[in-house]
Amino acid sequence: MSACLDIRDLSAVLPNGQRVLRSVSLAVQPGEVRALVGESGAGKTMIGKAVLGVLPSSVRIVEGDMRLEGEDLGKLQPKARRTLIGARTALIPQDPLTALNPSRRIGSQMTDRLVRILGWSGERADTRIRQLLGEVQIRDPDRVLKSYPHELSGGMRQRVLIAAAFAAEPRLIVADEPTTALDVTVQKQILRLIAQLQREHGTAILFVTHDLGVVAKISQKVSVLYAGKVVEEAETAALFAAPQHPYTRALMAATPRYTDPFASLKPVDDAVLAGLAAEITAADQAWRRPHG
Amino acid sequence: MDEGRARRRGVSPRLWLAGGWLLLALLAAIFAPLVAPQDPLAQDLMLERLPPFWLDGAEPGYWLGTDSLGRDLLSRLIFGGRIAFIVAFAAAIAACLVGSTLGLISGYFGGWADRIISRIVDVWMAFPPVLFAILLVAVLGTGLSSVILAIAIIDWTRFCRVIRAETMGQSRMDYVENARIAGYGRIGIMLREVLTNVVPSIVALLSLEMGIAVIVEAILSFVNLSISTDDPTWGGIIAEGRLSIHQAWWVLVFPLITLILTVLSFSQFGEALKTRFDPVLR
Repeated sequence: MSACLDIRDLSAVLPNGQRVLRSVSLAVQPGEVRALVGESGAGKTMIGKAVLGVLPSSVRIVEGDMRLEGEDLGKLQPKARRTLIGARTALIPQDPLTALNPSRRIGSQMTDRLVRILGWSGERADTRIRQLLGEVQIRDPDRVLKSYPHELSGGMRQRVLIAAAFAAEPRLIVADEPTTALDVTVQKQILRLIAQLQREHGTAILFVTHDLGVVAKISQKVSVLYAGKVVEEAETAALFAAPQHPYTRALMAATPRYTDPFASLKPVDDAVLAGLAAEITAADQAWRRPHG
Repeated sequence: MDEGRARRRGVSPRLWLAGGWLLLALLAAIFAPLVAPQDPLAQDLMLERLPPFWLDGAEPGYWLGTDSLGRDLLSRLIFGGRIAFIVAFAAAIAACLVGSTLGLISGYFGGWADRIISRIVDVWMAFPPVLFAILLVAVLGTGLSSVILAIAIIDWTRFCRVIRAETMGQSRMDYVENARIAGYGRIGIMLREVLTNVVPSIVALLSLEMGIAVIVEAILSFVNLSISTDDPTWGGIIAEGRLSIHQAWWVLVFPLITLILTVLSFSQFGEALKTRFDPVLR
């Protein structure tokens, strides 16, 4: 069985030649949740955008390939690629406040995609959306479907977006820090919902986060990212039991604990950062830029 | 919550006042032959420079007095409103269509399209607008359609600039990216996700532009470059009033007040409409 998502040696550069992704390889099996952790700027979101084909125009992929259910995305014509990505993937975005069009009602935004892109009948789309809203525990779908985004709370909007992401039964969902913009109390519910829908629908998820607590709860496998390079990759349980890379250990030590709120936060050790810098430099030297 | 929403949904006094004046002026202009107390062109040298109704020497039927040729000022203002409104609507809509379309394309597609359109706008805006208008009318010839065309040719850049900036902001929003992931085409996204959110600004600008068109038309009339001198125009009346300011101040003051109220109302009306069109501000 081929992997749902298979990324091999993916490198991307900025116009000034700086590498933002350094030979990233990772595979997500069907129905698996793969967490992508790292600090801000580590390139986790960049990987998600690369998969979904929405990289900023300044970022250029210079090497490597991405396969979605065996189809090489780089070899497809742009139009075919868009269609494939649109039909088989979805995004649960970071900020539910800006991810919905403020001037259109929730209902039309949710059904529109099923009708226009996937060619469903309006009735079928409507039934499907209502079913999904039920699954994300929205009790009054009629009111929600008629609402404008600003009339709903952040948590409600994120539920709507989760429902929308699962509606077309994608094979892969990219969840880009879906709980970061929410209150701590709501975070837990949303996380539980994503985990539950993921199990029921058997969808693979590429879960981008900086929160190791979230990683432990939701994922089967983890890739730890630093400066666009995967520094460690392991089963979640194994990673937490015995982190191999010094950076992973430092990240774990740096996680604040609610049980001891007065303990001072531990930043990542200078020695660890120096080791990482050396590792990155060595990797860059070993890597010959394909186009000079 | 419900109370707050009811209050916000209600019509603001700003909208009432501005809309009220515009409606009054528009209706008066449309039904000018029925509403105007006198023939705006009828001269009567026996009735020259009559003062407005509250001053000594006023004649009944000549509410705002008469000019130096004995023509009724109120009737002339009402008939002048016809040209003002025709120019305001036609020129603003033409400028809006051209400017908004180019602004949307420029802001959404970026790249070469943006560079070309933005450079044209830069060059265009380097011309002093009033001089440009006078020049254009001199080239196109006087007449109603030339005035409308001249205003549209000058002022489309105003729409283009603002709509381009708004579109660029909107295009960076997450829901636009979501639509791209879902597989919508570029034009579809531009119209469905971006344009819908730019409409409130277009409406506000359109109303503002109508006010500007009224001013430009008045300026052109003032320098006698608008339409034929027979038809009364606000700018033309102001130009005449300027000559007799010491003998009959009302001939200058009333058209000025009319002009100011109308222009102010257009801009206020636009702002109020924008607030109502925007689902978030509403």
